[in-house]
Amino acid sequence: MTKLHIIAFDGTAYDIDAENGSTVMENAIKNSVPGIEAECGGACACATCHVYVDEDWTGVVGEPEPMEEDMLDFAFDVRPNSRLSCQIKVRDELDGLVVRVPERQG
Amino acid sequence: MPDITKTPDATKTDVLIVGAGPVGLFAVFELGLLDLKCHLVDILDRPGGQCAELYPEKPIYDIPGWPLITAQGLVDRLMEQTAPFKPQFTFNRMIAALEKRGDGSFRVTTDDGEVFEAKAVVIAAGGGSFQPKRPPIPGIEAYEGKSVFYSVRRMEDFRGEDLLIVGGGDSALDWTLNLQPVARSVALVHRRAEFRAAPDSVNKMFALHEEEKLRFQIGQVTALSGEGGVLRSATVKGPHGEVDIPCTRLLPFFGLTMKLGPIAEWGLNLHENLIPVDTEKFQTSEPGIFAIGDINTYPGKLKLILSGFHEAALMAQAAKHYISPAERIVFQYTTSSTSLQKKLGVA
Repeated sequence: MTKLHIIAFDGTAYDIDAENGSTVMENAIKNSVPGIEAECGGACACATCHVYVDEDWTGVVGEPEPMEEDMLDFAFDVRPNSRLSCQIKVRDELDGLVVRVPERQG
Repeated sequence: MPDITKTPDATKTDVLIVGAGPVGLFAVFELGLLDLKCHLVDILDRPGGQCAELYPEKPIYDIPGWPLITAQGLVDRLMEQTAPFKPQFTFNRMIAALEKRGDGSFRVTTDDGEVFEAKAVVIAAGGGSFQPKRPPIPGIEAYEGKSVFYSVRRMEDFRGEDLLIVGGGDSALDWTLNLQPVARSVALVHRRAEFRAAPDSVNKMFALHEEEKLRFQIGQVTALSGEGGVLRSATVKGPHGEVDIPCTRLLPFFGLTMKLGPIAEWGLNLHENLIPVDTEKFQTSEPGIFAIGDINTYPGKLKLILSGFHEAALMAQAAKHYISPAERIVFQYTTSSTSLQKKLGVA
């Protein structure tokens, strides 16, 4: 199990045991993290699972693929550390990952 | 007394289906086998609903008999499957009002005033109607309809205005290019220098920028100034800080999101923006109005396309009974029934 720390906009931290291979979005939904809508169900087609990756983790998590970058155009207050959580697959190296949920999705 | 609700130019159909997604399309097939003609109304400009709008290229693995099919592939095959029943479509419209008449039939009006008369109504509206995303700019609501527009119905409305267009897709780029000769000035704001839009449009836009016929600014709009809905300028946060761009019209193109919309005002029982139905008829709290697919809810509901197909089949039986209560429905298989095969045009 890999530990994820998803921090809701109000500051509430959700510490989640996530299975490798699942996505950060799926874990957020499973644990009812407020602010992750995932309207399209994880198809990288809606930009409503936008998160900010903690600065300490951006290197490990990596950059979005071009398709995700395109989709991020539909998100709001996009920052250099913005990612769509449906495109971050949980793996061993992400143990302890911290992501923050923005004030709102689109 | 004359019936004032009767409009001579109302389009008549047996069943009016709200939403032309996969489940609405399959309802055409099931209702068609029972000799009911359908008219579908959808806010999008083509059939397929979410499958066509959100993820046409994505694979679906849980359609029975199809180990893998793309969302658009499924829509194309449903269109083919329903073609023998000649469904009618009205696109780019949503149903604004719905009214039950004394004889149990329905009068349904679209947002642009087109009227339908139907013997039954099927709501297959999925997550609701697709509507433009509103950017989270504080106070933007006050400008909507006066200075802020999410679509261009008439280009003339923008003549002589100072336009600020936001976005990086085809809508944003196409309107930038089309409105540039009409407007007094055009500024395009996008959060990065790469675009999703067609490369040709992007090149044309950069060429106009070079010629100083429009302004391209990297950044995101964070604030609007003006008063009484009249826009004066927008604040754009870019890589080098904030800039103020004077503008009288703002056109944000941030794609679409789903909203329940006017369905909430039709007097139906709702539960958390879903329509509760029974699992025999898939009927709503109003007899003659059925709800199938993602928009409905019942104990054990799964939001799967295949569940929606099942719901369509059972709903069709109930709708037939609602429309022709005296008629006995003979259950038949398409595999062996000559009469069904005639309807399908294969016998």
